[in-house]
Amino acid sequence: MAEKKKLSLIAFSGEFDKLTAVFTLATGAAAVGYEVNIFFTFWGLDAIKQKRGHAFLGGNWLTKFFGFVLGGLHTAPTSRFNFCGLGPHIFRSLMRKKNVATLEELVEAATALGVNLYACEMAMHVLGLKQSDFIHEVKDTLGVATFLEISEGGQTLFI
Amino acid sequence: MATHTLDITKDHCPMTFVRTKLKLSQIAEGDILEVLLTEGEPLANVPRTAIEQGYKVLSVTHVEGAVHKVTIQK
Repeated sequence: MAEKKKLSLIAFSGEFDKLTAVFTLATGAAAVGYEVNIFFTFWGLDAIKQKRGHAFLGGNWLTKFFGFVLGGLHTAPTSRFNFCGLGPHIFRSLMRKKNVATLEELVEAATALGVNLYACEMAMHVLGLKQSDFIHEVKDTLGVATFLEISEGGQTLFI
Repeated sequence: MATHTLDITKDHCPMTFVRTKLKLSQIAEGDILEVLLTEGEPLANVPRTAIEQGYKVLSVTHVEGAVHKVTIQK
C-alpha cells in the first residue's frame, strides 16, 4: 500500500479569513485521506483556545492583557474589511446564506476527521499560555525540531 | 445491511467530501450510502476519493437537472 499522503500547516495568523483557509485545507485534505498536522504558533494559537471570546489568559498582567485583546476563535478579526470587528459577523452571515461552512463548523469537522493539532511551545511561553488553555483535541506542545520530524515527507504550508 | 442517504447538493468544498467521509465512518461495514450531489467538483471527486480510500462505488446515476446519485458500499 502506498504511503499516506501528508499535509502540514503552520497556522501563524489569527485572522478569521486566514484561519478559514487553514481549516478548509485541513478538512478537505483529511477528508480525501491525507494525514493532516496543524502547528499553531503566535496569533494562530487564538484558534485553539478553549475560551473563544475575550478572556484574561496569560501568566502576568501584560500577557493577560494581550490574551484579553487577542481573544479566541469567535473574536478573530478579518485581515481586510474588518470594520472595527463587524467584518467577521458579515462574513459569517454571508457564509451561512451561501451554505459555506463557517470557521466554527470547519474546526469541528477537523477534529472529527482526526486532524492533528499541535501548539508551539515557544509562542505559548511568550504569551503565557498553558496546554490546559487549549481545546482538549490539541495533541501536544511542540518545538520546531519535532514539527519538522512530523511534517517530513509531506507538503508544508505557512498561513 | 442498511442503506443510508446523504444529501450534499447544497454543500460546497470542502464540506462535500467532509460530510461524505464522516458519514462513511459512522456506518457499518457492508452498509450502503447513497450520496446526492451536484455536477462539477463533487461529482468528479466524491466517487474517485471513495475508491481511493477503499470503498466500493456501486453506481453513479443521474437523478434530475444537475443532481446525481452516487451509491457507495463500505
